[in-house]
Amino acid sequence: MGDLKRLPLHELHAELGGKFVPFAGYEMAVQYPAGVMAEHLHTREKAGLFDVSHMGQVLLPLDADAALEGLVPVDVQGLKCCRQRYGLFTAPNGGVLDDLMIARRRDDLFLVVNASRKEHDIAHLKAHIDGVEEVTDRALLALQGPQAETAMARLVPGVTSMKFMDVVQTDWAGSELWISRSGYTGEDGFEISVPADVADTFARELLEMEEVSPIGLGARDSLRLEAGMPLYGQDLDEDISPIEASMSWAINKVRRKGGDREGGFPGAERILDEMETGAPRRRVGLRPEGRAPMRAGVPLYAEAEGGSEIGMVTSGGFGPSVGAPIAMGLIDNTIPADATLYGEVRGKRLPVAQADLPFHKPDYKR
Amino acid sequence: MKFTEEHEWLRVEDDLVVVGITEHAATQLGDVVFVELPEAGDEVAKDDDIVVIESVKAASDIMAPLDGEIVEVNEALTDNPGMVNEHAMGDAWFFKMRPSDLSQMDEYMDEAEYKQMIG
Repeated sequence: MGDLKRLPLHELHAELGGKFVPFAGYEMAVQYPAGVMAEHLHTREKAGLFDVSHMGQVLLPLDADAALEGLVPVDVQGLKCCRQRYGLFTAPNGGVLDDLMIARRRDDLFLVVNASRKEHDIAHLKAHIDGVEEVTDRALLALQGPQAETAMARLVPGVTSMKFMDVVQTDWAGSELWISRSGYTGEDGFEISVPADVADTFARELLEMEEVSPIGLGARDSLRLEAGMPLYGQDLDEDISPIEASMSWAINKVRRKGGDREGGFPGAERILDEMETGAPRRRVGLRPEGRAPMRAGVPLYAEAEGGSEIGMVTSGGFGPSVGAPIAMGLIDNTIPADATLYGEVRGKRLPVAQADLPFHKPDYKR
Repeated sequence: MKFTEEHEWLRVEDDLVVVGITEHAATQLGDVVFVELPEAGDEVAKDDDIVVIESVKAASDIMAPLDGEIVEVNEALTDNPGMVNEHAMGDAWFFKMRPSDLSQMDEYMDEAEYKQMIG
């Protein structure tokens, strides 16, 4: 894997038997010997430790909140200290450039962006905001699952008082951890930014606990799919508006029509219009009726024979906790919500029902 | 027992050949969640794609290792695809075929050669 970059915990993943694949320019563990299915179920039952150090960590000055609002349809100015919010970088055409997390802390704003988009996002931020700083000396871990709190509290007792989307900066063995109570699995849990030089020690302390197992990218994808969370590059991209992606909830109230700071982000006209009048497409959950998974790229039809394509599967696979194939797709918004669709797999049209998202109900600590 | 470069095993059973995939292949595929089998009575040609296996990771095809007729398929795999991971070399066979030319088996590897190939 010649030109691929390695992350701070590479050696640990190798020791754990991680199977490496190239992902967003990095050598990443897609699974460990337990396998995707067992890792997925372990996370839903106990606690899974994910290395997501490939993601971009970025700091902005506190007073950049208004400027950041020029790039995202988020109420950044109204975000209180030590809280985090989901956001989208929108494009002038109303599409999505990336999705991200935005946290307001005591002294700065802390962003986490997708690995595949971090160079783009940082350039985009720098073009509009002064004082953008990429954090390059920290690993990023996620500890997810119903026992994540129990495990994490052994190292940082204070986490038990954190609620969903709280963020803290706190000491662990002389190093500062940046912890948020959030994640990408539909489970309670934490994302922990830890200085790279102590990341290995920190991860090993967690992995020694009975509840905690290492989880690879494979299960990360099936967990987020069951949780109905979009993946940038598949369910979200520059040609899909947030409204089409069924992410209206991510357009905060003050940025909507009639709000105090209405619009003012790229593509606002299209996005706010679509909120009122509806978008041409919508993102739906999909449950294939048979056992065959329908993966990203499978074309969707309204009829078992003939007719033209009415959409496409954007993410799909097998849901280990659902025990069946699941998918998400983008379809023509005129298709009735109760209509059975057909996905063309290996030349055959197979019936697939539209389903409510998420497939697996999250259990966050509110 | 014979082995193909595509990680299939072939076992002669009277005048039939039973075909499955090796434990090595099953491990590489990861958790199998779907198996699509041919139908008994299908006439197949060597190298035709006749079985689809989907794991949590991806879809793969299995080719007919010989010319011949499919006489029986392992329906249990349809309901319980995970068997492939647990019993690749035994109960999780895919199909039994009646070869039209058994000498096509000769080109395939024996167990020692296969083990050497997978390292």
